[in-house]
Amino acid sequence: MPNSRLHEIIGRYEKEILSEWMRLQFEALGGRKDRITEAQLRAVSQEFISVLVAGLSGGSGTDIHAPQWQPTREFLTELSRQRVAQGFSPSETASLVFSFKQPLFLRLRQQYGTDADSLAAEIWTSTDLLDKLGLFTTEVFQKSREQVISLQQQEMLELSTPVVELWDGLLALPLIGTLDSARTQIVMQNLLEAIVAKSATIAIIDITGVPTVDTLVAQHLLKTVAAARLMGAECIISGIRPQIAQTIIHLGVDLNGVITKATLADAFHLALRKKRLLIAKAEN
Amino acid sequence: MERIPILKMGSFLLVTIQVDMHDQLALALQDDLTGRIVRDRAQGVLIDISALDIVDSFIGRMLSNIAGMSRVLDAETVVVGMRPSVAITLVELGLSLPGIRTALDIDRGIELLREARGGEAGINDFEEG
Repeated sequence: MPNSRLHEIIGRYEKEILSEWMRLQFEALGGRKDRITEAQLRAVSQEFISVLVAGLSGGSGTDIHAPQWQPTREFLTELSRQRVAQGFSPSETASLVFSFKQPLFLRLRQQYGTDADSLAAEIWTSTDLLDKLGLFTTEVFQKSREQVISLQQQEMLELSTPVVELWDGLLALPLIGTLDSARTQIVMQNLLEAIVAKSATIAIIDITGVPTVDTLVAQHLLKTVAAARLMGAECIISGIRPQIAQTIIHLGVDLNGVITKATLADAFHLALRKKRLLIAKAEN
Repeated sequence: MERIPILKMGSFLLVTIQVDMHDQLALALQDDLTGRIVRDRAQGVLIDISALDIVDSFIGRMLSNIAGMSRVLDAETVVVGMRPSVAITLVELGLSLPGIRTALDIDRGIELLREARGGEAGINDFEEG
């Protein structure tokens, strides 16, 4: 678009376009006015127009991945991030860009009047451009969301695998939630590191909070037990619910060689016995 | 040729592996160790692998072999000081070293050996004697 005059036109009618656009955006926001104030919206809109004009005067047309569009992309990226944090939906975020079309087209029509060819050409250029920018915003929005999700996943993994010390050299690992490969890895690592740190000889793995045990979960449990054994610590698996005991046998999982107990209390008892400790009632 | 030193602690032997193992070294170690078990009438062998970052199937098999040989000569073997990352790798490889006793550190290893011998002899004899 070498002879596009878009940036001139936007520059000239900036004030009118801005106020028209603001009105449209406010209508689109509907009942969500509490999330963003007029001043904020005005600042954002103003900045969008200025980076848009800057991008258009760069001379690289509507190729938004060109270096001239760098500030525009950065602005939209930042905007998307904020909108994710504020709880906007992707379409609400993208419509910020798309809603710019209406006031812009209005001005274009005023500018070109009856010159249909030029008008069509300019409208095409601006539609092309705004669509790309809108899609870019959605993409970034999606990415920011995914980032948030993966961060939360990471946090959940760390939160959900505590290793607690019940006694000198006696650890308990209460597992809650489904065990998958990634979690097993972290559980194993945490347990082994705790074994070294506390120089533990016995570890109780409590699976009361594990909803289902299939062959894969069982395999992961056995792996953890084997790894702890290599470190010189004995493992007791406790908290096996009746249904889970049935499932394990129906699936033909071989838990021989692993000590299993029905409850954590039983496992604790056994662990104390193995350590030659006993709990006695106090006199008086 | 380099050799892995074997130290005597009371009635137990201590082997600390700190270098990369290869065929020759492993064979030499098996030779030396079986010789020392017989000569010193050792009742237990402690193999310290805390310095090893990587334990592959070769070392795993070597450890199993040593444990087997020692057992034939009536000495218990305990592998001590395995690192968490090594343990995870071995388990992922499916090498859980069956038949080998393990302990977290030398102290625990000695305790384990003394238990295994039913307290009939051990490092304590050496200390108290």
